[in-house]
Amino acid sequence: MKRRLSREQMSTIVYGILCIVLVIVVLQLWLLTATMNAFLGGEESVIVPAAIASIICFALNAGLLRYLYSLERH
Amino acid sequence: MQREDSGTTHSPDQLSVPPDGRPYHDQPQWRNDFPIDWPHDELVARRDFTKFLVLTSLAFTVGQVWIAFENFARRRRGEPPIRPIARVDALPIGKAITFAYPEPHDDCILIRTAADRYVAFGQKCTHLGCAVTPDVPKNCLRCPCHEGAFDLASGRPTAGPPRRPLPRIKLEIRDGVVYATGVEVRAS
Repeated sequence: MKRRLSREQMSTIVYGILCIVLVIVVLQLWLLTATMNAFLGGEESVIVPAAIASIICFALNAGLLRYLYSLERH
Repeated sequence: MQREDSGTTHSPDQLSVPPDGRPYHDQPQWRNDFPIDWPHDELVARRDFTKFLVLTSLAFTVGQVWIAFENFARRRRGEPPIRPIARVDALPIGKAITFAYPEPHDDCILIRTAADRYVAFGQKCTHLGCAVTPDVPKNCLRCPCHEGAFDLASGRPTAGPPRRPLPRIKLEIRDGVVYATGVEVRAS
């Protein structure tokens, strides 16, 4: 049987996840601006890889959020 | 709701613990009047902020996918059509005319820099899209909005905030008529 997490433990986990999500979102912002610049400059080779990378980043973020909610349910 | 009035020792899950950990008699009156489960409040606030960040992440992903679709649509459109712009004898040396190419909303500018030299560029500044105007004696195109400048021969930025060159319109001269034959978009 799993031990229920205390609030302080939960807070620590939320802070940790928040930091990771924040870093990923900043990375996505950089990716978006760089891709837009490349698109407007006619540079096409980076557009699809950047879109795939952004989708992976979002999936990671969504997974972390889901994990957070699953922790609260227990 | 349970209150803590003596010292700072409390269990992590105790309700109504003020954020600074001081006893309640040291807290402002409003906090005594409206005790809140602060640790839980902070937990919910951080969790909701994380949720907001994930939504932001989704928005960035949608933007990225939109760029990919736009790029796909641009590829499908292919090369723009060949279109006449002006007669050679209708454009004196050092003068310019505007035209739309390849779409009606794509404003461009054709400049005759010498008897046998013509250059044409997209007229939207690559910084924020203001219309650039030619300054033939100083050999440049100027953007009046933020003092940007582009080289008249190449369209590359020479001053101000623009970082990308102007799109160059490919030209051909046949039977005394200047034709636009394509658009060259450049990153640098």
